Amino acid sequence: MAQTNEIAPETGSAEGTPGGTDEREPQAADASGGAGAVPSFDVTLRIRRFDPDADEPEAYWEEFTVTAYGTDRVLDAMHKVKWEVDGSLTFRRSCAHGICGSDAMRINGRNRLACKTLLKDLDPSKPITIEPIKGLPVIKDLVVDMEPFFASYREIMPFLITGGNAPSAERIQSPEQRERYDDTTKCILCAACTSSCPVFWTDGQYFGPAAIVNAHRFIFDSRDEGGAQRLEILNDKEGVWRCRTVFNCTEACPRGIEVTKAIQEVKRAMITRAF
Amino acid sequence: MSQLATQAPAVAAPRSPRSRRTTRTNYELYGWVFMRASGVVLLVLIFGHLFMNLIDGEGINAIDFGFVAGKWASPLWQVWDLLMLWLAMIHGTNGVRTIINDYAERTGTRVVLKSALYLSFVVVVVLGTLVIFTFDPCPAGSPADLLPSFCEA
Repeated sequence: MAQTNEIAPETGSAEGTPGGTDEREPQAADASGGAGAVPSFDVTLRIRRFDPDADEPEAYWEEFTVTAYGTDRVLDAMHKVKWEVDGSLTFRRSCAHGICGSDAMRINGRNRLACKTLLKDLDPSKPITIEPIKGLPVIKDLVVDMEPFFASYREIMPFLITGGNAPSAERIQSPEQRERYDDTTKCILCAACTSSCPVFWTDGQYFGPAAIVNAHRFIFDSRDEGGAQRLEILNDKEGVWRCRTVFNCTEACPRGIEVTKAIQEVKRAMITRAF
Repeated sequence: MSQLATQAPAVAAPRSPRSRRTTRTNYELYGWVFMRASGVVLLVLIFGHLFMNLIDGEGINAIDFGFVAGKWASPLWQVWDLLMLWLAMIHGTNGVRTIINDYAERTGTRVVLKSALYLSFVVVVVLGTLVIFTFDPCPAGSPADLLPSFCEA
């Protein structure tokens, strides 16, 4: 019934964004101007590039200006650059919906998922800086070597440890027991927390918030019997005691996990065990 | 048969997790608890010390050799000051050790800084403890008006 509106690709139908003509974007009065029109604007991405195959590999900044829409995320703008402007731009993304944890990057100085950050929330009138997450070796552009991160993750044994015979039916757990570690089950291993931690930045020896969060998920699981081993591992010189409660991890977590609180709970479990 | 075995292609080693020298002790745990406990005790000790020296009685004007000598003649203040010295030094040294661990990336830098730290810890603690226990409140041949009242001429 409506006239043919110009709709951004991948942004869904016009009904999906009622009242899309936002007053904040004066450029919104595009040719079509219907009730469902999505405002468009130009946005500049300032991206930290690194090409390992260059003659003298050195990181540098490069700016791209693309037209984006009010419903676009940072990832959409980066796709536009990669698909239409410079195909050599390299970054990770898999599901593009905030679940796989592939596209954590440092956007305007804060670790976020490019697929969960709307351009309009970042003040698109200024260039948006995009860097790889810190503390891990850069392989190319925004792709970092995640191996040290996953090595720490493996070290805390992120799997159910039990003794005796497996029950014939499910392992029963009450809603309260499940609630105890619910927060830390949300982790998607994007490394936004670990790579926002200043202690991790210094030498990368610290286990990092993500490994501790995933240990917490099993330590406080009533069905798991490996708690003592995991606490022993995290009691390491480079374990939970290196946490300075800076809260960068809690702020960075795209899943809203209270990371610092989880680390403190693991510390408390160790103290009550030791005394 | 044996030839087959020897000609087996070299298989790449599985991705090995970084070797992290594991420290299976409770030292870091005790250190963490100590920092919190000593911090609370130091609050009481330091503000008690400041109050006694600067506010109580005649206030700051009362401080002279006699005042200090009189305090250290009492076992209460000997214990108080000794406790303050030791707790503050261990608390501070552990804090600086932590900062060095956090910020000094090169092993050499870390070793040098920590050696200097531990050396200064030993010097200050040994000197301070000696002073508290070997202090002579009535040195011979000093004018009587500078000495505490209990000194005999």
